[in-house]
Amino acid sequence: MALSVDSSWHQWQWRVRYGLPQSPSEVTPLLLPEKGRRSYNLPQQRVVFPNNSLFHQDWEKVSRRYPGNRICTTKYTLFTFLPRNLFEQFHRWANLYFLFLVILNWVPSLEVFHKEITMLPLVIVLFIIMVKDGMEDFKRHRFDKAINCSNIQIYERKEKTYVQRHWKDVHVGDFIQMRCNEIIPADILLLFSSDPSGICHLETANLDGETNLKQRRVVKGFSQQEGQFEPEHFHNTIVCEKPNNHLNKFKGYMEHPDQTRTGFGSESLVLRGCTIRNTEVAVGIVIYAGHETKAMLNNSGPRYKRSKIERRMNTDIFFCIGLLFLMCLVGAVGHSLWNGIFEEHPPFDVPDAKGSFLPLAVGGFYMFLTMIILLQVLIPISLYVSIELVKLGQVFFLHNDLDLYNEETDSSIQCRALNITEDLGQIQYVFSDKTGTLTENKMVFRRCTIMGSEYSHQENAKRLETPKEPDSDSEEWTQYQCLSFPARQAQGPATMRGQKGAQPLRRSQSARVPIQGHSRQRSMGCYETSQPPVAFSSSIEKDVTPDKNLLTKARDAALWLETLSDSRPAKPSFSTASSIADFFLALTICNSVMVSTTTEPRQRITIPPSNKPLGTSLEKIQQLFQRLKLSSLSQSFSSTAPSDTDLGESLGANMPTTDSDERDDMSVCSGGYSTDGGYRSSTWDQGDILGSGSAASLEETLESPAPGLAGPEVCYEAESPDEAALVHAAHAYSFTLVSRTPEQVTVRLPQGTCLTFSLLCTLGFDSIRKRMSVVVRHPLTGEIIVYTKGADSVIMDLLEDPACVTDIDVEKKLRKIRARTQKHLDLYARDGLRTLCIAKKVMSEEDFRRWASFRREAEASLDNRDELLMETAQHLENQLTLLGATGIEDRLQEGVPDTIAALREAGIQLWVLTGDKQETAVNIAYSCRLLDQTDTVYSINTESQETCESILNCALEEVKQFHEPEKADHKFFGFHLPSKTSSTTSGTMVPEAGLVIDGKTLNAIFQGNLEKKFLELTQYCRSVLCCRSTPLQKSMIVKLVRDKMHVMTLSIGDGANDVSMIQAADVGIGISGQEGMQAVMSSDFAISRFRHLKKLLLVHGHWCYSRLARMVVYYFYKNVCYVNLLFWYQFFCGFSGSTMIDYWQMIFFNLFFTSLPPLVFGILDKDISAETLMALPELYKSGQNSECYNLLTFWISMLDAFYQSLVCFFIPYLTYKGSDIEVFTFGTPINTISLTTILLHQAMEVKTWTIIHGLVLLGSFLMYFVVSLLYNATCVICNSPTNPYWVMEDQLSDPTFYLLCFLTPVVALLPRYFLLSLQGTYGMSLISKAQKIDKLPMDKRDLEIQSWRRRQWSSPVSEISHPTHHPMPPIPEQDFCKSTPKNTSPPKRKHTEDLVLHGQRCGREHVRDDPCSGNSSAKLSSGEHLLGLNNTMASGAYSRGQNDVSRRSKSGSHRRSQSSLTI
Amino acid sequence: MAMNYNAKDEVDGGPPCAPGGPAKTRRPDNTAFKQQRLPAWQPILTAGTVLPTFFIIGLIFIPIGIGIFVTSNNIREIEGNVFMYYGLSNFYQNHRRYVKSRDDSQLNGDSSALLNPSKECEPYRRNEDKPIAPCGAIANSMFNDTLELFLIGNGSYPTPITLKKKGIAWWTDKNVKFRNPPGGENLQERFKGTTKPVNWLKPVYMLDSDPDNNGFINEDFIVWMRTAALPTFRKLYRLIERKSDLHPTLPAGRYYLNITYNYPVHSFDGRKRMILSTISWMGGKNPFLGIAYIAIGSISFLLGVVLLVINHKYRNSSNTADITI
Repeated sequence: MALSVDSSWHQWQWRVRYGLPQSPSEVTPLLLPEKGRRSYNLPQQRVVFPNNSLFHQDWEKVSRRYPGNRICTTKYTLFTFLPRNLFEQFHRWANLYFLFLVILNWVPSLEVFHKEITMLPLVIVLFIIMVKDGMEDFKRHRFDKAINCSNIQIYERKEKTYVQRHWKDVHVGDFIQMRCNEIIPADILLLFSSDPSGICHLETANLDGETNLKQRRVVKGFSQQEGQFEPEHFHNTIVCEKPNNHLNKFKGYMEHPDQTRTGFGSESLVLRGCTIRNTEVAVGIVIYAGHETKAMLNNSGPRYKRSKIERRMNTDIFFCIGLLFLMCLVGAVGHSLWNGIFEEHPPFDVPDAKGSFLPLAVGGFYMFLTMIILLQVLIPISLYVSIELVKLGQVFFLHNDLDLYNEETDSSIQCRALNITEDLGQIQYVFSDKTGTLTENKMVFRRCTIMGSEYSHQENAKRLETPKEPDSDSEEWTQYQCLSFPARQAQGPATMRGQKGAQPLRRSQSARVPIQGHSRQRSMGCYETSQPPVAFSSSIEKDVTPDKNLLTKARDAALWLETLSDSRPAKPSFSTASSIADFFLALTICNSVMVSTTTEPRQRITIPPSNKPLGTSLEKIQQLFQRLKLSSLSQSFSSTAPSDTDLGESLGANMPTTDSDERDDMSVCSGGYSTDGGYRSSTWDQGDILGSGSAASLEETLESPAPGLAGPEVCYEAESPDEAALVHAAHAYSFTLVSRTPEQVTVRLPQGTCLTFSLLCTLGFDSIRKRMSVVVRHPLTGEIIVYTKGADSVIMDLLEDPACVTDIDVEKKLRKIRARTQKHLDLYARDGLRTLCIAKKVMSEEDFRRWASFRREAEASLDNRDELLMETAQHLENQLTLLGATGIEDRLQEGVPDTIAALREAGIQLWVLTGDKQETAVNIAYSCRLLDQTDTVYSINTESQETCESILNCALEEVKQFHEPEKADHKFFGFHLPSKTSSTTSGTMVPEAGLVIDGKTLNAIFQGNLEKKFLELTQYCRSVLCCRSTPLQKSMIVKLVRDKMHVMTLSIGDGANDVSMIQAADVGIGISGQEGMQAVMSSDFAISRFRHLKKLLLVHGHWCYSRLARMVVYYFYKNVCYVNLLFWYQFFCGFSGSTMIDYWQMIFFNLFFTSLPPLVFGILDKDISAETLMALPELYKSGQNSECYNLLTFWISMLDAFYQSLVCFFIPYLTYKGSDIEVFTFGTPINTISLTTILLHQAMEVKTWTIIHGLVLLGSFLMYFVVSLLYNATCVICNSPTNPYWVMEDQLSDPTFYLLCFLTPVVALLPRYFLLSLQGTYGMSLISKAQKIDKLPMDKRDLEIQSWRRRQWSSPVSEISHPTHHPMPPIPEQDFCKSTPKNTSPPKRKHTEDLVLHGQRCGREHVRDDPCSGNSSAKLSSGEHLLGLNNTMASGAYSRGQNDVSRRSKSGSHRRSQSSLTI
Repeated sequence: MAMNYNAKDEVDGGPPCAPGGPAKTRRPDNTAFKQQRLPAWQPILTAGTVLPTFFIIGLIFIPIGIGIFVTSNNIREIEGNVFMYYGLSNFYQNHRRYVKSRDDSQLNGDSSALLNPSKECEPYRRNEDKPIAPCGAIANSMFNDTLELFLIGNGSYPTPITLKKKGIAWWTDKNVKFRNPPGGENLQERFKGTTKPVNWLKPVYMLDSDPDNNGFINEDFIVWMRTAALPTFRKLYRLIERKSDLHPTLPAGRYYLNITYNYPVHSFDGRKRMILSTISWMGGKNPFLGIAYIAIGSISFLLGVVLLVINHKYRNSSNTADITI
C-alpha cells in the first residue's frame, strides 16, 4: 500500500491559496485567556493538543482547524468537473483555435456553415477528452478512497482504548497505535515503542527508496515506560513548526504542565508512508495529517509530458497554418480582384440585408476570415481526438501482451501515461537504476576464500542457476538437495529410521511455513501490501548451500574454538582452523544485523538465550565437551548436546545422558554430519535444533505450545542486503547469530554452544572508509579482537606488512595468502560478484584502553568531530590480518545482459545511474555486459573542477584518436546520424569506451560548467556509469542529456530515489515489485522486470511509433487533400467561399467515413512482425531517426495531397465543364472520388492486412454510400437553405459518375503506387529489407536474419569464431598524466582526486602493484592494440554462448586495476 | 513450470488477498487478437508484384476510353429526343451568398414560410412590406428569355417546332421538393399576400398557363433553382420529342430562333447560348472522359513496361550480386 500522492501538489496549492487564509488555524486566541497559557508564536508554530479527556476541549477547538488525514489527489470534484475541465482543455491552443472559428462563424456576414453545425466537431472533441479525463480522475479517486479507508488503531477518548478506524478519521492530536509492518498514516510524533530502549524501526522505502531500516526514538522522557503507554496520562502540549516539505528537518518541543519543555527533532517523527518494522507496537501523536504531511508536501505533481511526435506535429501544424494563411490570402485577394472586374453588381452578387455592398477591401478581409472557416479542416482537429483514441488502443494492446506479464506477481504492464506510448519507439538514451532494476536486489552468498584457499561452493552456484526460485516449490528443492548430497542416500535407511525417520517431514514443514507465506504474497501480485515481512530474507538469500569441504573445516574450526577455553593458545595461530573460525565469527559478528522472530508480532531477540553468567554456561560446555571427547572424538560435534539454553532447559537434567545415547547412535552412521549439515543449511533454526537434538527432545520442542526463543524462527534484519547475505551464509555453516544487543552478540556454534561476545565498540560502515569494524572481547580467550570487513581495495592496504613479521615462515605465508586472496578477488570481480574482505586484529588490553579513551574524546568533541572519529577509526583499523574474502552476488535479473545487448544494438545508449558504490556498479556493469572486458574504461573521481576539466580534456583527446569525429555530429544533430555512426564503430573494431564517474565528480562537472565536455566524452563512450549519485544528480543528468543533446530519454528505476529521474526523462518507467510503489506512481509505464524493456521498446515502441507517426502523416495528407478540393473550387465560384459539398456530408466525411480506418491503422497495423523486430534490434533505429514522420515525409505527403486533390477536382471539373451540372451534383462525385482515393491511399499504407483492416475499409466505403443515400433521400428541406435532395440517387443512376469514380482514383494514386513499388524494389531502408525478410516462411526467415546479423557484425563474428587463434598484440602503454607522485594519500587530505583509467586488456596478466605502497600509476591503454579483440557481441543466443566461451578462455586477469592517480 | 506454480498456489490454500485464484488473475488472454497475432497478409509493393496492376489498368482503360470517346462523338447526330438548352457564361450561380439566397421551405409549399420567408432571402425577402414568393436572389435572377424554334421549310411559313415544357426538371424536384402552397383551387389565391420578385415581370402564379406547370412547380423555375456548379453552364430549356422512328427529330434544313430578350447579361459580361443536343447513355457530349481514359490507360501500360524492364534488371542484378543489405 503505497501513498497516492501524485498530483496532490495541485491540491495542496489550492489549499494553500484558499484553505488556509480562511482558517487561521494556528491562531487559537480563544484558548489563551481561558487557559492562561503562555502565548505561542502562532504564525510560525503549530500547537497540537492531545485528544484525551484532559485536553479534549482544546483539542476540539484546535484540531478542527487542521486538515484531517483524508487525502484527495483528484483534480476535479463532481461540481467543478465541467468548468475546470473545459478551462483546462482550452489551454490547448488547438481547441482555442477551433473555438475562435466557431465564434467567427457566428458573425452573420461570415457565416459559411450553419452556426450550430460548426460547433459539432469541437463539442465532440471536447466531450471525448472530457470523458477520458473523467475516467482518469475517477481512478485516482478510487485509489484515494482505498488509501483513506485503510485501517489504523486510533485512541478513542470515550472508550479509553484503541479502536480500529480508517486513515481518513485520523486527526491532528490523535493517538495512533501502530503495529509491526503497518504503514504510518500521518506524520506522527513517537511517544512509545515496545522496544525497551524506546526505538522504533522504520522502513522508508516509500519515501526515499532506501530499504534499510531506520531508527526513530521515542521523545525523551517517554522511553522509560513500563508496559503500555497510557494516552490519558499524556498531559503535555506539543508545539512544533508549521508543515513543510523537509523530510529530515523537524523540531519542536513539548510543554509539560509545569511549564518545562522537552525538545524533540526529526529523530522522533515517523512520517506518513513509512512502514513500521521490527517493532511490535508503537504509539504516537499525530502532528501533521493528510496533505500537510511531509510525504504529501514533497510530492510535486507529475510533469506534463508531450510526446516527440506531438512536438513534431505542432511544428507541422504551424506549417499548415502558414498554408492556410496563404490559401486564405489567395482567396481574399482573388475575391477583391474578381469583384473588381464587374462594373455594376451582377445579379449573383447578393447584397446584404440592407441592400448595400461591402467595399472591395472589406469584402476581401471578410473573405479572408470566411476562408479560414471554410478551410479550417486543414488544421486537423480530429487528429487530436484520433491520436488520443489510438493511444488508448495501443495501451490496450500493451496491457494485453503476454510477454510483458509476470507470472510471479500476476502483474502486467501498467500504462500510467496514456499520451506517450509512441515515445517508446524513439528512445535514444536509457538511464537505468542498478539495484532492483538490473539486479534483483537479492544478495546471495556465492563463494568465499579463506586463508588463500578458495571454496567455490559449486552446489550453491548450481542452486542459483536453477531457473525457478526454489521457494516456489520447496518439494522439488528438497529433492534436489538430496540429490546433491549423495552421501545421504548412501546411508542405510535402517540406521536412520530410529532417530531420523520422522525428521525430514517435520523439517520440511517447519521450513515451508514461512516461505509459503512469503511466496504466496508475492505470487498474488498484491505488491502494494506484500512488503516482504523482512527485508532481504527471501529464501534465495537465506538458503546457502555450504561447500562440503568448507563445512568439514568449519566444524573442525568450531571444535577448535571450543578448545580455546581450555588453554589459551600460546601463539597467534595461523592454523586453518582458527582462521576459519575467525572468518565465520567475523561474518556473524561484524555487522549490524538485528535478530527477530518471524512470528507475528515480531520480537526482537536482544536477550541472549542464556541469561546466566558466561562462566557457568562455559563450564557446562566444557564439561560436556570433555565428556564428548572421551566417548567419540571424531563425530561428536555433529550431535553435540544443544546447549541452547531453552532447549536445554526444556530437556532438563537428563539431557546429557540422552545426548550421549544419541551420540552413540550417530557414531554408527559415520559421515553423517556432513550430510546432516548440508541438509540443515537449507532449513531454519528449528531444523538445526532438530538435527542436533534427540528425537525425544525434538518432539518436546515441537509439541510445546509456547516454545522458547529457539522455537520461533529467527529472522535477520539487516541494514544492507550484503550483511544479511553474509549472516545467512555463516548460518549455513551453523555459525548462527542468535541475538544482538548494543552490548553483546551471541553466536551459536555448530555444536550448539552459544558464545556471547561482549561488544566493545562498533565502527559503522561509511562510504569514505568503505569498511566497518567491531571490537569484541572473545568470551573464551578474553582477547580483544577487531573484526573488520570492507571493500577489498581498502582492506588490502590496511593489512599488516608481512615484512614486519619476524617469523620468516609466517611472512611467506602471509604473502602467499595475500597474493592468492587477491587472485580470488579478481576472479570474483570478473564474475561480477561483490567482494568483501574480512580481516582481524588482536589488540592488547592496553592498546585498546588507550584507543577507547581516544575514541571517547573524539565522540565528545564538538568541533571537527567527524574528522576525529575518522582518525580514531584509522588508528584502530590497521595492521590487520587477512582472514579471507567473500563473493556476494547481487543476482542480475533474468535476461538483463540480453536486453542490454539488444538495446545497444538498437542504437540506444545505456547509462547506469546508481547510488551504489563504484566497485559494485562496475562489477554489475561487467556482468550485465554493459561494459565489456575489452572496453577502455575511463573512470573519473575528483572533487575539484580544474582537475576534472583536465581529465576530461585528456580523455577526450585520447578517445578521439580512435573514433571518427562522426560521433560528435551525432551529438549535436541529435537523431540524424546515429545509424551511420554505430555501423562505422562496430565495423572498424575500435575498442569501445566506457565511462565511470561518481557523484562528486558530477558535482564538479555541474558546477564547473563542464557539461559540454562531459557530454562530448560520453558520445564516445558505449556506456556511462554514474555511481554514488544522489536522486537529484540522477535527474540532473537526465535533464542535461535531454536538453543539451536533444534526444529522447528513458529512465527506469524501482525505488523512490529514482522518482526524480523518472520524472525528468521523456519516458519514465518504474519497476514494480521490490521497493514500494513510489517509482511506479511517478512513472509513465510500470513493468515488473527489466527484461520486459526489450519487448516494450523494440516491439511495442516501434509499433506504437510507426503506427502513430504514419497515422499522423496520413491525417495531414487526408485533411490537406480534402480541403484543397474546396480551395480549387474557389477559383470557379468567384472566391466566394462556396462549397460544392453539403456541409453535413463534409462533417460526416471527417467524422465517420475516413476516421475509422486511420484509427484501426494506428492501433493494429504492424510494419514488421514482432519476431523480426526482436531478432533485429537494429530496426529500432528507424524510430530513433524518426523515419516515419519527419520533415521530408511530411512534405512528400503534402505534395501528394496537393496532386491528388488537383486530380480529384479537375477530372470531374473537366468532365462536367459546360454542362448543366448542379452544385451538389458536381460535389457528390468529387466527394465520392476523394473518399475512394483517401481510402485507397490508406490501403496502400497498410503493411499488414488483417480481416479487421479489410472490414473497416470496406465498411467505411459502404457506409458512405448508405449514409449519403439515406441523407439525400430524406433531407428535402431539413438543411435549409440548401438541400442535397436526391442528389446521390441521381448520381448513382448516371454512368458518368461511375466512370469518373473509376478513373480519378487511379489517376490520383498512380504516381504513389508507382513510386512505392520502385521503393519496394530498390528500397534501401532497414524497414523495407526487414519487411522482405518478414514475408519469408519461418525457417527461411531465421536463416535470413542470421545472415543479416552476420553481415552487420561480420568482423567481430569472425573474430569470435577463433578466439584462441587470435594473436595478442603487444600492448603499448603510456603513462597518462604527467606526474604520479608517490604519496600514500593520508585520509585527511581535502581533495583526493582519483583518475582511474582502466585499460581493459584481454590476455594480459595485470600485475597488481604492491599493496603496501598504496598507490600506483594510472595507465591508459591505447586503443589500437585492442583491434580485433572480443568486441561486445550482439546479443542473441548464438553469439552469447561463444562470447562466454571466449571470455572464459582468456587466460589473463581482467581485473580492473584500482590504480589511483593523485594529482 | 508456470502451471506448476499456479497449481501450487491453490494447494496452499488459496491466495489471502484475492479469492478465487484463476478467475481473478490478471494474466492477459492468449487470443490472436489481443496478442496481435491475427492472420495477416503482408503485401510488399515491388516491381514484380505491381506489374500486373499496371497492365490490367491499361487493358481496361483503353477500351473504355475508346468506347466513351466514340459515344461522345456520336452525340452530334440529331436523332432521338433533342434537348434544347440555354447557356449562360460567366454567371456565378455558385456564389456563396447567391446559393443560399433561397427558402426551400417556401418552395416546398410551407404556408408559413410563404408569408414569412427565411432570413436567407435577404434582401429579396420582402418587397413593399409583402413577402416575396419565391424569395431570394436565385429566384429573382431567373432566366426569362423566351426561345422559340422554327423550321423554315421550302420558302413557306416557318413551322414552329413543338417544344415540350414538361419533363425538363428532376421528377423528385417537381413532385417532392417543389410544391405550391396549399389552399384553394386558384393558384393566385394560394399566393395571396405575396408579391413577385423584383426582377420578375409576372408573379409566380402566372409563369405558365398549365396549372400543372405553374407556380413553384413550374419546371423552368425548378431548373433555374438548381444552381449550376460552374460559372459557365447550360440549363435544359425544352425537349424536342421525336415524332416517329422514320423521321429525324430535327430534319435538315434552315431553322429560325426567335428570342424574346428579357434577360440582361451585360452586368456580368456574360453571354447567352442556345444548345441543341441529344444525349447518350453517358450524358451530353464531352470528349474529355474518353480521352482521359485512353491517356491514363496508355500511361499505365507504359509504366507497366517500365516496371517490367526494372523488374528484369533487378532480377539480374540480384542474381549476380548479393542483395545489398
